[in-house]
Amino acid sequence: MAEPSVVIEHVSKKFGEITALQDVSFQVFHGEIFGLIGADGAGKTTLMRILTTLILPDSGQATINGRDIVSAYRSIRERIGYMPGRFSLYPDLSVEENLRFFASVFSTSIEENYDLVKDIYQQLEPFKKRRAGKLSGGMKQKLALSCALIHKPEVLFLDEPTTGVDAVSRMEFWQMLKRLKEQNITILVSTPYMDEAGLCDRIGMMQKGKLLAVDTPDEITELVPMQLFAIRVDQMHRLTEALRSYPYSASAYAFGQVVHYRDRRKHPNEHELKEFLKVQGFSAVMIRRINPGIEDTFIALMEQEDGTHDKL
Amino acid sequence: MNSFAAFMTKEFYHILRDRRSAMILFGMPIIQLLLFGYAIRNEIQTVRIAIIDQSHDRITEAITDKLLSSGHFVLVDTFSSDDAIEEGFKSGEITEAIVFEAGFGRRFVREQETSVQIITDGSNPNLARIVLSYTTAVFMDYRASLLQGDEEGKGIAAETLMLFNPELKSVYLFVPGLITLILMLVSALMTSISITREKETGTMEVLLVSSLRPYQIIIGKVVPYLMLSFINVVTVLIIARFVFGVPCRGSVTLLLLESLLFILTALSLGIFISTITSSQQVAMMISLGGLLLPTVMLSGFIFPVSSMPLPLQIISTLIPARWFLVIVRGIMLKGTGIVYFWQETLVLASMTLALGILSIRKFSIRLT
Amino acid sequence: MSIEANELTKCFGSFCAVDRLSFGVNRGEIFGFLGANGAGKTTAIRMLCGLLEPSSGRASVAGFDVGSMAEKVKQNIGYMSQRFSLCDDLTVRENIRFYGGIYGLCDRDIKARTGEMLQRLDLASSADVRLGSLPPGWKQKLAFSVAMVHNPEIVFLDEPTGGVDPVTRRRFWELIYEAASRDVTIFVTTHYMDEAEYCDRVSIMVDGRIAALDSPRHLKETFDVPSMNEVFLRLARSTGDEKREERQ
Repeated sequence: MAEPSVVIEHVSKKFGEITALQDVSFQVFHGEIFGLIGADGAGKTTLMRILTTLILPDSGQATINGRDIVSAYRSIRERIGYMPGRFSLYPDLSVEENLRFFASVFSTSIEENYDLVKDIYQQLEPFKKRRAGKLSGGMKQKLALSCALIHKPEVLFLDEPTTGVDAVSRMEFWQMLKRLKEQNITILVSTPYMDEAGLCDRIGMMQKGKLLAVDTPDEITELVPMQLFAIRVDQMHRLTEALRSYPYSASAYAFGQVVHYRDRRKHPNEHELKEFLKVQGFSAVMIRRINPGIEDTFIALMEQEDGTHDKL
Repeated sequence: MNSFAAFMTKEFYHILRDRRSAMILFGMPIIQLLLFGYAIRNEIQTVRIAIIDQSHDRITEAITDKLLSSGHFVLVDTFSSDDAIEEGFKSGEITEAIVFEAGFGRRFVREQETSVQIITDGSNPNLARIVLSYTTAVFMDYRASLLQGDEEGKGIAAETLMLFNPELKSVYLFVPGLITLILMLVSALMTSISITREKETGTMEVLLVSSLRPYQIIIGKVVPYLMLSFINVVTVLIIARFVFGVPCRGSVTLLLLESLLFILTALSLGIFISTITSSQQVAMMISLGGLLLPTVMLSGFIFPVSSMPLPLQIISTLIPARWFLVIVRGIMLKGTGIVYFWQETLVLASMTLALGILSIRKFSIRLT
Repeated sequence: MSIEANELTKCFGSFCAVDRLSFGVNRGEIFGFLGANGAGKTTAIRMLCGLLEPSSGRASVAGFDVGSMAEKVKQNIGYMSQRFSLCDDLTVRENIRFYGGIYGLCDRDIKARTGEMLQRLDLASSADVRLGSLPPGWKQKLAFSVAMVHNPEIVFLDEPTGGVDPVTRRRFWELIYEAASRDVTIFVTTHYMDEAEYCDRVSIMVDGRIAALDSPRHLKETFDVPSMNEVFLRLARSTGDEKREERQ
């Protein structure tokens, strides 16, 4: 049974009128990759900053490996790695100088923990004399990750490390994270990309300061039981509107090549639906029953939260 | 044309909705006007003078009365010897000394050439000039009232002596002030900008979440500027000495030590500014508008403090440069030692201490 | 044709960020312009918007040549990006008025368009609320409408849905569909591969060149993969971060 590394209990935070976090509680276990999934404004960054002891919560408590974030902030800071949302290294220092700086700030050296960052750093090494500000986006992320790792932290906090980075670089980054897991480092990473959720051990879905659900990617999709169908027709552009006019529709959203349609009934009649679409002027109608994915679940949870439903 | 108008309107909205810049835009000119209006005065108030009367006749006493009743002059003491006069100037006790030669009155009545020696403090050339013109005006006035329209008759020859700066070189005025300004600029402005830049770019976040303690961050930021400022002082002194001939009559070591103290004061000011804002722009505006401008206007650099109205004089005591200027002028131009300005030194030291403590308290171990 | 590019090139010294780009976009098409970071996308878009002069080759956007008539191009296109957004301390109404003015609309037109937009986006009740106070999803939608306040023929969207929640993202694309149905050409870049599926045609830039250009369906057939994500990984992967880094 895995032991909890990060424990968060009833944390809330307000900035003036805006509620950034509302009664958030969950745990992150040793050596797991935990993903905080949510859009901008969900509260991910605020939560990260509280856990890295940069901000105080209004209420609630949290511990990192048994150390309280308020009273033991100093010892926490010595043992965690942090990669904030923006590029926060020194643009006028070179790759090597940045890494050396952060190593020495933690009273260690590049050589000491080299094997930890070797994987990543080897890709940077050919450019080690280049000014960090001149690196491409993907390279900057790798450098920032190296600097966060160089002192062998117990827990790694990554705040939206893949935002604005293309699909290829994102994949490479996540592969690096997976390899880090083998070093038994606990990783808490936030991301707005739903497809990255599947790469985590467990995920927490956040929306507007609230934690909607916490579970493994597989099990979270079973959280909201729904009658879900993937539908494809010849004129995709009109489909969502048409489906929403169907009396039994709970929601209809585009999902790449198909539209995910949710029926309100417990036992929806596919045949009837097909007829309805034909009447609406669609042909080559393909309807397939599917299991909800992470994004479907997220949307359903959001709607439950908001009390909004797709109507005409 | 419409797009241009739309753009201008938007700018107005931005300005009006940003309270801070609105305050600066409307408040600054008013403050500057008040400052300029009050600070730039060619009038003097309560100049402390000494009168050495080697004649003690009714003429000299009449002139003395006239001087003292004009409201501009205050008699400090009647000194007896030359040494005492020099002491008085060095310690800053007197700004002007008037020496009546023996037999002044007798010679005046007999309409012979009389002369009076007027000694002013050349280390503050602007003040010296004003004081001198007031004094000679009093003399001329007295003479005119006695002669009553009779243009004939001998005049009073005023033998003026600008102590410490006989040729009244303006560079003597500028160098001490310049040192002050440069140190304030480099230390306060650059430090505050450097720290707020870390906050703005986000690197401060990463630094805080490390084993670096806040005081280590501050000291690490500050030491390079300390060294830079020190090099600046030395450079200015060398150039002043060898290019412009500005002397350093006192101890150079003492000057450098006091400069170090002032640098520390300016640095702590810079750090303090960085604790009250996270924006480089605001830090710059506070440094320039809140530090540099008052330093130039109210420290006595150009406009004598004693000419300012009382409220401004009080404000002036809060400006570190005002105290440092006394020290620098004392060492460089008057050649005095620490005995003469230990109070000013103490003021600077306590300012540094107070700012340091405040900054450490305010320097957040956390964001906002 | 809304866009016609012919051997469009931009070189900075010996390094060519965009290397002989040739393609066309039809009126009313939703065109996805994809590529890895550093592939030259941003440079290409800048040229097409009249913001950057090409080193060689030509392109015409909305009927105007980007090299010689850049000002005309700018007046006839709409532009919206994640970084460039509306002014937070102006109200919704003021924002529309400002951008309407910027695009040269007369007061009467601005008033009409304002009413239209507020109604269509259901923002009438928040018309005098400061933009900064609205939730992010609304800002996105408003930004898109404002980009079209002057009824341009073509709209450039640079990663318009970054960081936004899944529902808002889809709502946004519904707005895009609606605009396309009104014959507005949409030129969009995105990092979300599922959004690539929503486009009529997609082009993928690699190392300054177009490596593939076709409808999503044909692309998947050509590479024999089930999703655009896979297509992208196949093509863009040949240039890893290191190669891209070397190009700089």
